Amino acid sequence: MTLNGEEVDVFFASYKTLLEVLREDLGHTGTKHGCELGECGACAVLLDGKPVLSCLVLALECDGRNVMTVEGLAADGNLHPLQEAFADLGAAQCGYCTPAILVTAKALLDENAHPSRDQIREALSGNLCRCTGYQQIFEAVEAAVVRIAEQRNQLT
Amino acid sequence: MGFGRHMPKQKEWPDLPVKDSPADAEALRVIGVSRRRIDARAKVTGQTRFADDISLPRIAYCKLLRSPHPHALIKRIDVSRAFAHPGVYLVLTGKDLPIRYGILPVSQDEQALCTDHVRHVGDPVAAVIAREELTAFEALDLIDVQYEILTTISDPQQALETPEPRIHDYGEEGNIHKRIALEFGNVEDGFAEADEIFEDTFFYEGSTHLAIEQHAALATKDPEGKLTIWSCTQTPHYLHRALAKVLEMPPAHIRVIATPNGGGFGGKSEPFPHEMIVAKAALLLDRPVKICLTREEVFYCHRGRHPVLMKFKTGVKKDGSITSMQLQTLVDGGAYGSYGVASAFYTGALQTTTYHIPRYRFQACRTFTNKPPCGPKRGHGTVQPRFGQEIQLDKIAEKLEIDPAELRLRIVESPNTLTANFLTLGTVGLAECLRRVVRSSGWNEKFRKLPEGHGVGLACSAYLTGAGLPIYWNNMPHSGVQLKLDRGGGVTVFCGASEIGQGSDDVLAAIVAEVLGIDTFDVRVYTGDTDLGPVDLGSYSSRVTLMAGNAALQAAERARAMLAEAVSKRFEVPQHRLRFVQKHVFDSAAPERRVSFPEAICLAEAQFGTIGTVGSYTPPKSSALYKGGGVGPSPTYSYTAAVVEAVVDPVTGWVTVPKVWIAHDIGRALNPPLVRGQIEGGVYMGLGEALMEEQEFRRLPKKLSHALVHKFPSILEYKSPTALDMPEVVTELIEDPDPRGPFGAKEVGQGPLLPVMPAVANAVYDAVGVRIDEVPITPEKIVKALAEKKAGRAPRFGPSHFPPIHWPEALRVPPPWEGGDGQAVNDVRRQKKPDAEKEKVSAS
Repeated sequence: MTLNGEEVDVFFASYKTLLEVLREDLGHTGTKHGCELGECGACAVLLDGKPVLSCLVLALECDGRNVMTVEGLAADGNLHPLQEAFADLGAAQCGYCTPAILVTAKALLDENAHPSRDQIREALSGNLCRCTGYQQIFEAVEAAVVRIAEQRNQLT
Repeated sequence: MGFGRHMPKQKEWPDLPVKDSPADAEALRVIGVSRRRIDARAKVTGQTRFADDISLPRIAYCKLLRSPHPHALIKRIDVSRAFAHPGVYLVLTGKDLPIRYGILPVSQDEQALCTDHVRHVGDPVAAVIAREELTAFEALDLIDVQYEILTTISDPQQALETPEPRIHDYGEEGNIHKRIALEFGNVEDGFAEADEIFEDTFFYEGSTHLAIEQHAALATKDPEGKLTIWSCTQTPHYLHRALAKVLEMPPAHIRVIATPNGGGFGGKSEPFPHEMIVAKAALLLDRPVKICLTREEVFYCHRGRHPVLMKFKTGVKKDGSITSMQLQTLVDGGAYGSYGVASAFYTGALQTTTYHIPRYRFQACRTFTNKPPCGPKRGHGTVQPRFGQEIQLDKIAEKLEIDPAELRLRIVESPNTLTANFLTLGTVGLAECLRRVVRSSGWNEKFRKLPEGHGVGLACSAYLTGAGLPIYWNNMPHSGVQLKLDRGGGVTVFCGASEIGQGSDDVLAAIVAEVLGIDTFDVRVYTGDTDLGPVDLGSYSSRVTLMAGNAALQAAERARAMLAEAVSKRFEVPQHRLRFVQKHVFDSAAPERRVSFPEAICLAEAQFGTIGTVGSYTPPKSSALYKGGGVGPSPTYSYTAAVVEAVVDPVTGWVTVPKVWIAHDIGRALNPPLVRGQIEGGVYMGLGEALMEEQEFRRLPKKLSHALVHKFPSILEYKSPTALDMPEVVTELIEDPDPRGPFGAKEVGQGPLLPVMPAVANAVYDAVGVRIDEVPITPEKIVKALAEKKAGRAPRFGPSHFPPIHWPEALRVPPPWEGGDGQAVNDVRRQKKPDAEKEKVSAS
């Protein structure tokens, strides 16, 4: 599979989930777990650009596919605008749900460059956060939307 | 590049103040500025190392066999088949770790693995350590345990009625763990003076912390043969002590490293069996051993909100002033002591901190039951009576025909007061909180004026800024900080405080950076490591900002004094003219006369030698000298007021909360977005408790074991609010610096949760005219109460009965205004030897 843009070859027991292979066999511990039953959303990663719960995906199913985790968000030494906004606006408190929320938000913004507050709520409704009360997360996603648009305008 | 002012650009000289004006001298450049917290980058890149993220060569994995029975004796354990299973390294049972421990000195009632008696479903009985986690899990099935089933005690009522079999062989009697009776002034005289007397019974259901990170720990024998353990604990110091006791090792040979907690909320604030077990296994096997609990096991660890039945009797004058209050609480403790004695005291300790209560009687009873142990959850023990008190005030206001906000404003307690139970209040910003939420919510246009089904409710609260007494009695500081200054300009903070997500590392960095005139990103913070930092008692009771913060402030001021002395010598100017700003030290009378911060360190190092300072903090002595007065004192208290808007569907009873307005008396916000995050997080957790969260139990069918089991030990079934449920929150900070806090700061982690639940209940009443006197406020309860209303009966859902309890004779403590000195007049033991008999129980 391709992990954060790099081809990886990995050997693992066939029963292992994508979550387990990422954390235990590939050393990518940025992806977290809170239940391993698909209930909390902490293990979300992008599989071919779509958010999936990596605790419910068999790693074997990922052969030849693209996996993106929080470790792949920053590029060229720069944080992704979502990461910048989360860091500055209090959207990460304990930081445990943060990696999954970041990649889920990225998938949303890749599909919809200007989501409404309700669309953000809906996109993140499968990711539980016990610290923030979500409000600063919504605000950070909205701030990142503005930042990404600014960056696009600078490029064109 | 950021969104906040997280890394203020270093400005060139012309921008520095040229005059020594007081405004410039006192301007804060770090404190109060919205900044990126120092650990934010690690969190958003997934590089924060939580306990389960750590791995070591030759690691082995641990799994626990837990009791399937709520109450039983262990007759026999045979682990031979499990030990023979390929890949299994070690199997431990109770006899390997028999020494009892517990967070409170008065409740040393836990064993890492039960030797002979299991007390709840999930009590650990044996541990398997194996090469693979799956192997350990498989081997659990090969352990044979014979149990003798005992009668299950399922609730406090049954505990009161069923003295045998005893869940523990200590406590008051039977299955009563602790009874408390305190009386401050003649309560009956107060009731006789009252124009109206209100009696109300409330029930607060238990709930759990549900931190998304499951508990995890990794232990290893280090190359010197000593023990190192990484664990997601809020209290590394107490874990350190418990490990030394259980393992019979000198504390100097144990290193506890508290990893950043993936949420705590009180659920990781005492030593747990799995920590003892991996430590023991690592020592025996001489290899690293790790455990990560499953979500189901986390539900069994619990230590969450105590279910509390409570009865309030309050006498008031026609103008709303309170003449007397009596509060009785019946506390469901679950299977172990935990913090429970303190929790029981807390169900009555803080009633006097918000409104003036001249006479007060408090009686509490905590029972053991065969359920996972209850303990401290955000707001520890004070949440339940706050719920009752604030709803009763709403009822009082209605009867007296006074607006609920106006009523509270009339009776708000004064700052710097000694309360009836001898708590010393600091600044009290409650009236301002009330005025703000009344204004921002449009209260006067909404209360009793919204259309049917829509309502607003108001409630207030107070909370500790750190427990005034340590858990085990001593005269040492509660928090210590060491500071190291490097020639290159780097400053390192060492402190035992543990970062549980609240931002305590950032608080320490900010205070040090402010005092030394540097940037928070020039400060490195090492916390939660018993080898590296001086003791801090832990992240509980909202104590870290004030206590570790004051220790950091003292250490930083001492370092600054050394630098100032060296620089003043160099420039031959008096020290008071020196300013520490933007990584420079300069003469305010001649700003061109300056050295960079690293140069200042070099000058100081040349003069004094290596630059390191220490700071520590000990809370002021409490005036509450009576037995039980150890719970409640705090250096100062935070205050909160909230208005909740609720929409109730009169057919289905479904409640939605579209908006919450909340004002919090923080003293001073050290980093405003973090403060806001704590407040909104508190509102969120409060709404969960108000509307859906419940730690519920059920009986298995008779043909199975009929055991009392957790109704739903999974995140799917234990309902908590999602992004879709969370309302808009309007947050206001009341900043009136309290001289007791660092830069005036008070707590924010717990207090803002407290008013939310009663405000929801009061809003539901405003919306549809029914009182729901218990949480969670579910649609079923509302529909039942609406049916009662329709039938012409009391429009209410809630408990009607408080069982008879044999209370001990109350300790009588005359309040300050009756000439009391903080001692009980009828405590013979203490009068004989007032200093020798020290209170053992306090904290959190």
